Amino acid sequence: MWPIIQIELFKIYKRPRTYIAFGAIAALILVIQMGLKIDGEAYAGFLMKDINDTLTVDGKVLNGYLICYILLQLLLVHVPLLVALIAADMLSGEANLGTLRLLFTTPYSRTQWVLAKFIAASLYTILLLIWLAFLALFLSMWIFGTDDLFLMKSNYVVLIQEQDVFWRYIGAFIFASFSLLTVAALGFLMSSLANNSIGPIVATISAIVFFTILSTLNIPLFNVVKPYLFTTHMNNWKEFFDIQVDESNDAITGSVLNMAKIKNSIIILTVHIGLFVGASIWIMKKKDILS
Amino acid sequence: MKKLTVFIVGLLLIQFSVNAQSNALIERVTKKLNLVNDYVATGVMKTDVAFIKASLGKVKVYFKKPNLLKVKKEGGISLLPKGGVSVTINSLLNNKQYIAIESGVQVYKGKSLQAIKLIPTDDKLDWVISTLWIDPVDALVYKTFTTTKENGTYEITMEYGQYANFGLPSKVIFGFNTKDYKLPNGITLEFGDEDPAAKQKVLKQKKGTIEITYASYIINQGVSNSMF
Repeated sequence: MWPIIQIELFKIYKRPRTYIAFGAIAALILVIQMGLKIDGEAYAGFLMKDINDTLTVDGKVLNGYLICYILLQLLLVHVPLLVALIAADMLSGEANLGTLRLLFTTPYSRTQWVLAKFIAASLYTILLLIWLAFLALFLSMWIFGTDDLFLMKSNYVVLIQEQDVFWRYIGAFIFASFSLLTVAALGFLMSSLANNSIGPIVATISAIVFFTILSTLNIPLFNVVKPYLFTTHMNNWKEFFDIQVDESNDAITGSVLNMAKIKNSIIILTVHIGLFVGASIWIMKKKDILS
Repeated sequence: MKKLTVFIVGLLLIQFSVNAQSNALIERVTKKLNLVNDYVATGVMKTDVAFIKASLGKVKVYFKKPNLLKVKKEGGISLLPKGGVSVTINSLLNNKQYIAIESGVQVYKGKSLQAIKLIPTDDKLDWVISTLWIDPVDALVYKTFTTTKENGTYEITMEYGQYANFGLPSKVIFGFNTKDYKLPNGITLEFGDEDPAAKQKVLKQKKGTIEITYASYIINQGVSNSMF
């Protein structure tokens, strides 16, 4: 199956829209980094207004680790839209061009083609995530330096020691890969249902927006379905940055407050990926390519 | 008239006597503190504020007469009560601008401590009133409660060990009032994941403490002003 994966990767590589996502991420990150480098102290002062009423915070709060967290908060909501640009075109693009018929008459089975395309889309997604990690984490560490991570959440503050931060980002990026692969799989499913490029892309983006709104609304009616929506779990990479405390309120270095929540989210996202890809295979196997 | 004169003179004598007694004890405390011109101490700092999750951190504490004090965390970010750490016994006693009033004896951790209230005579000082609980036997301050003009009240409790001869504690606990902490979800982008129980717990506890346990002191070896 490797030769057809290579073919699919080559197609992605040659497509101009592939580079839109890389360019958009680079532009956004560089602009935010530049803004925070020039005027970050004012931003940090605004965030720390309540804390500064009680405490004096001494140290480099606005360091590379915090910048990366801010960037991920902003970007991991929008990167799925960029993933949809490629993933939602993988099958429907072929149908639109009329090359799907050609592919399915090769010695490789339809299942192999669908899987090869999904693997290629997944590799693209992972590369996008690595690009994001390189710019958001490593470039921020280089520009702003490193220190403890002083994280201001809605109701409390978490201070994570410098040596305890990096592995959390590794964990967060691995988790984010599951989130983005779920989006890629959704785009893939939409792509299997259509014969043009634009429809599945718009449908995937619409579905993400729709489910994200449902996930964020605290309305009891929606709370029943929220645990089963993939959008509810996509943001749980943040759980890596919450820490357990002992009885005397000392943070436990190396701990994660709710590891079960992370595991549960990974399971639910994996199930979504399996369902979406499985459904895509089933649909493509049934698809009429003669008319 | 004669009775009134006797009464006023009596009152003055009592007042003088009270001041003289409390001053004598405070003088002993001051004399002990004056043995130390400067120090660099190493220790471990624990931050206990309801809305903050922080781990223990190693700190260095720099002091220089009359009342320069700096707590520096060895690498990393440190959180200290706003203006609170500088309200030390040295800053209260070294300026000599106070009236001392004895206010009874209280038992604290098995010791009979003399409570003395200090009222500043200089309006420019940051603190309004302070109560010191002093052990008359070894002239050590075990507890202070200070009300400041702008930063609320601070309760400082001290434990003593091998540096008690210099009046230097082995453990200091700064207690202070904390204000509400809340950031809008629109800023933190934490939508739909509030934990009401945790929030309630945070709001109920309005007292914070910073605890420094000292491991060692380097006394009177000189500390540069640039450290402060």
